[in-house]
Amino acid sequence: MIEEKVFKNYPHKHLLGIEGLLPDSINYLINLSKKYANYLEDNNQKLDDLKNKTCINLFFENSTRTRTSFELAGKKLGADMLNISVGSSSIKKGETLIDTAMTLNAMQPDLIVVRHNDAGAVKLLSEKVNCGVINAGDGPHEHPTQALLDSLTILRRKKTISGLKVAICGDIMHSRVARSNIHLLNTLGAEVRVIGPATLIPKQIESMGVKVFYKMKEGLKDVDVIIMLRLQLERMSGSFVPSIREYFRYYGLNNEKLTYAQSDALVLHPGPMNRGVEIDSELADDLDRSAIFEQVQMGVAVRMACLKALVKDR
Amino acid sequence: MNLKIPFNNSKLPINYLLKNGSVIDPDKNTIEKKDVLIEGKIIKDLKKNISVDEKKFKIIDCNNLFISPGIVDMRVNIGEPGFEHKETIKSACKAAASGGVTSIVCMPNTNPVIDQPAIIQSIQRKAREVSLSKVFCTGCITRGAEGNEICELQLMREFGALGFTDGNKSVSNARVMKRALNYAKSFDGLIIQHPEEPELSQEGMVNEGESATRMGLTGIPTYSEAMIIERDLWLVRDTKCRYHVSHISTKESVEIIRKAKKDGLPITCDTAPPYFILNELSLENYRTFAKLSPPLRTEEDRNYIIGGILDGTIDVIVSDHTPHDQDAKRLPFNQAEFGGVGLETLLPMTLILVKNYNLSLIKAISLITKNPSEILGLETGTISPDSEADLIVFDLEKPWKIKSENFHSKSKNSPFDNILVQGRNLMTFVRGRLVYKF
Repeated sequence: MIEEKVFKNYPHKHLLGIEGLLPDSINYLINLSKKYANYLEDNNQKLDDLKNKTCINLFFENSTRTRTSFELAGKKLGADMLNISVGSSSIKKGETLIDTAMTLNAMQPDLIVVRHNDAGAVKLLSEKVNCGVINAGDGPHEHPTQALLDSLTILRRKKTISGLKVAICGDIMHSRVARSNIHLLNTLGAEVRVIGPATLIPKQIESMGVKVFYKMKEGLKDVDVIIMLRLQLERMSGSFVPSIREYFRYYGLNNEKLTYAQSDALVLHPGPMNRGVEIDSELADDLDRSAIFEQVQMGVAVRMACLKALVKDR
Repeated sequence: MNLKIPFNNSKLPINYLLKNGSVIDPDKNTIEKKDVLIEGKIIKDLKKNISVDEKKFKIIDCNNLFISPGIVDMRVNIGEPGFEHKETIKSACKAAASGGVTSIVCMPNTNPVIDQPAIIQSIQRKAREVSLSKVFCTGCITRGAEGNEICELQLMREFGALGFTDGNKSVSNARVMKRALNYAKSFDGLIIQHPEEPELSQEGMVNEGESATRMGLTGIPTYSEAMIIERDLWLVRDTKCRYHVSHISTKESVEIIRKAKKDGLPITCDTAPPYFILNELSLENYRTFAKLSPPLRTEEDRNYIIGGILDGTIDVIVSDHTPHDQDAKRLPFNQAEFGGVGLETLLPMTLILVKNYNLSLIKAISLITKNPSEILGLETGTISPDSEADLIVFDLEKPWKIKSENFHSKSKNSPFDNILVQGRNLMTFVRGRLVYKF
């Protein structure tokens, strides 16, 4: 176990987003994640931090890695994890979100992890339950645990976040990962840029504290970290961008475009990747440059920390 | 490919000295008697009294003639591929060269439409074979010009597309237009709009009003043009993308664009000779050769278009060259195609503004050379040392009668047939080669 820092606890009931969190709260979660990451590297045994606690994974949207990551994190901490996916539940039968929340609340879980395809839905649900709620992604709004694990990965490679130049590239408009990362990186003192075609950059995003670039060459100049975003299949042909080949040519990351950035720039991707759309296949597999698989590894540690921080003793 | 006189596309290098012509320089805003020395592809020198070795240079006396940059025509339908019975790249280039047009910018309404880089390459290859006027392309905004999904705009630009337009179709879906403007803004592209609300002009044949009513034809209201421009201006205000309106024809359009320019929006526009020379009365006897898109408007509209040209609201004059074979025009008015040829009449029609409406000669020439060239980002449309020698030599006063049967264009559907005009192109130089001599 690493040394305990001054942060005594996480001061909020829920983790609904990064926006509004103080640096102390974020650092508390990241430090706790570091602790678990170190533990996982050396140990294979379950902990009993959350023994006899019950967590519900409530996923209204398909997910493999996030759901599995939370499930694994809970199990590593000794909690009982329940998975509810939309297909097999009463939500399909027409139950409203609020009714679902109240029903689950009546079962007295210790924590609910929620993903929903509508922005703000997780907050609505959190208002109707007594336990803590973790947002595992709400529409294009926020995905706080992803931002935390990205920062943890950056910290492990770059030692600090303050002062780094970070570029987030691709479909900013529809990305919750982008929004959470913008808040988190700005809070910790990084310089954040977004790069993409104007059709994928939402209005007045500058007000969130970023610089906007439409060309990779200009946007990637001197950056330390590049976060590539996934381009959804249905947005590829003709609606937001003309075609895959055009997108890859001007916005796909390959070794040539990578030379615009710092020579030791780190490449992140929240997954799942579209090889040959937003990222060159060879580059994605280059372990020196891309930390894509390290991100997945850190994901479990971050979720362990979040579960631990939000489950309160009764 | 060998061409007969008066055309010449031989690659033999000949150097020329044009003596004593009045050189119209739209960049410097001057008309001065000078000699022009053309060596290889470029203008080597431009000053008074140049003397050279007569064996090495062919000397042409241009006394009493004007020398100006070659015409850049930013709205031409070339017919090839797909409509070779109306026009081919070869016949369009011949028409252009004889009319003094050294750069033609073709619309993407070919068949297949120009919505991907490969088609641009094939047109350029063909144009190199013909080797008369320069041929540039625009690309479609939407795939198949169907107005739904945006094309590979950036790739097409890399392959030479100067701007993007659905040609004779308006992008009527505001969401698609917004995305196109937004996307083009990312790489400083140019979006060119044919302004016509399709729902309002559906089945319309002529300008809505007295003429249409008397003739029993369905009308197209003037505001069908204005409302698309006004709608697009909202999108331009938001996206800041460069936006060009094609062939405006109405009073309202002139007023809207005049105001938008005053507001500092990145907007430019053009019109075509029929809209400042003719009005809807030319349709008398159901003359299908005067059936154009947009339709000929009222005398009031025509005067506003002239006013727009005089005060600089209208940046460019285009030929709006739209070739149609006899079979497409010798039909009942409702069934005939829209459009007229114009490459060979663009210069004299523009000069009418000089003769009759007190437009200065330099301004008139700028409208068909420097201005379009600047909007499209071309390096032509200028006459200065070390630039490529795309030049024309014309006689400002020479009277002649437009006879469509003498056109080099494959199609003869001119709305100006049998009109008497003054001013004629005599020589056309493209990249230093004399490609046409009257």
